[in-house]
Amino acid sequence: MRLGFATLLSVTLALAACQREERDTRPQSSLGSGGQPTPVTTLEPGGQRPSPSNNKAASFEANAFHLSEGKRLFGWFNCSGCHANGGGGMGPALMDQKWIYGSSMESIHATIRDGRPNGMPSFRNKIPDDQIWELAAFVRSLSGNAPSSAAPQRNDDMMPHPSENRMPDAATLGKSP
Amino acid sequence: MAFAAASVLSLQGCAGWQSALDPKGPAANELAWLIWFFIGLCSVVWVLVMIALAAPLLMRPPRRTEPLMLDASADHRKLRVVVIAVGLTAATLVGLTLLSFFANRTLAAIGSNAALTIRVTGHQWWWEVRYEDATPSRILTTANEIHIPAGEPVRLLLTSTDVIHSFWIPSLAGKLDLIPGHMNVLDIKADKPGTYRGQCAEFCGAQHANMGTFIIAEPRAKFDAWWNDQLQPAAAPTGDEAKAGADLFLKRPCVMCHKIGGTPAGGTVAPDLTHIASRQTLAAGTLTMSRGNLAAWIADPQGIKPGSHMPVVELNGDELNAIVAYLEGLK
Repeated sequence: MRLGFATLLSVTLALAACQREERDTRPQSSLGSGGQPTPVTTLEPGGQRPSPSNNKAASFEANAFHLSEGKRLFGWFNCSGCHANGGGGMGPALMDQKWIYGSSMESIHATIRDGRPNGMPSFRNKIPDDQIWELAAFVRSLSGNAPSSAAPQRNDDMMPHPSENRMPDAATLGKSP
Repeated sequence: MAFAAASVLSLQGCAGWQSALDPKGPAANELAWLIWFFIGLCSVVWVLVMIALAAPLLMRPPRRTEPLMLDASADHRKLRVVVIAVGLTAATLVGLTLLSFFANRTLAAIGSNAALTIRVTGHQWWWEVRYEDATPSRILTTANEIHIPAGEPVRLLLTSTDVIHSFWIPSLAGKLDLIPGHMNVLDIKADKPGTYRGQCAEFCGAQHANMGTFIIAEPRAKFDAWWNDQLQPAAAPTGDEAKAGADLFLKRPCVMCHKIGGTPAGGTVAPDLTHIASRQTLAAGTLTMSRGNLAAWIADPQGIKPGSHMPVVELNGDELNAIVAYLEGLK
């Protein structure tokens, strides 16, 4: 009897591990941060733009579904045209440890949404806000800033570089071992 | 008896626009005939085996005077029965194998002189349909609905861009997989004009069930007229609302993925919308085409088809109405 109870308990506990994340495919449009003003200067209090009050960044950052969608959109919207699978070309490399405008989700989101000087176009009103968050999360994973349990594990076609979940951790990126 | 009658009656339910037991083309005919022949023959074999099993169980064994003595002539008889049964089994199996080989040969011969080649590419979760032609300006790309001339063989080249799908029009042909990076060839022919439904038959993700397609077989003249119509650029919007919609389509996220011929919209990752209003369904057979369904699909794609790659786009009511008015005019 006690053995049966213990087995049932352990099975129930084990089942809890099956839940990794919620797929939020139906966003509340009112929660989008698409209405924020475009920054006209990089001078911000504290050196960084204040983060929006909702937890968009946190909910996208470690979510495997959003990361893989971001990877798909990266190809669909031809980010590779300038950033070449993260290696950089006309645009800066995305798989190194250098960040011109900061490595936070909010900064990358702002970069994609509003554009940056010297060539980065603005995607405001061109793609839904949630897709920008997905792209931002994926861009972070290119340099090992996403948990390897959530980062994309394979490419749909040719492999220009190892999949994102095999990137070295951001802390060690660019340093010799 | 009642059971047999009920079975025959329930087979009536197999008729319709998506049924392998209601063949509408030579390939499906061949397969349906094969199915029925196999079922018939195997039923006869099953009944014979059951009788052979039941007979010794029910029959009283002959009384022997000396239980331990072997009867050489009886053994000989039994051996002969076994040999004959094995021979019959082998002959039946070889016969059925040959039959299926011949059926395969018939299937392979259907498209030997196909004049029309259509490239069908599977996507999560819709079908891209491209009509090949030697003249580049006559190459036509559409989605989810495949028009073919009735009574003529058509060659389909099947491939996929993401995961393995399977193309299955039960009324016309057997199923064949769409594999990324590989081209499969399926020849189909519809004997008579009509609409036949198809379905993805290989699990391909969250919306596998909502990945339908339609084959519309038409007389040759009607098919040619359809092709010429589809080659035309999109109809110019008429009326203020539709004009505003056309403008919004280009300024909003729609333009990033969809193509509308004759406008700057040229995205190729989502279905071509040049003549969307001429199609019978929306979202690969998920909804029937109507103004209300168009609006519903644009306003809440993730409620109708959760996980599909159509995103929720922020539009207010007027903008939604304008875009729907524009799309509705794209006949």
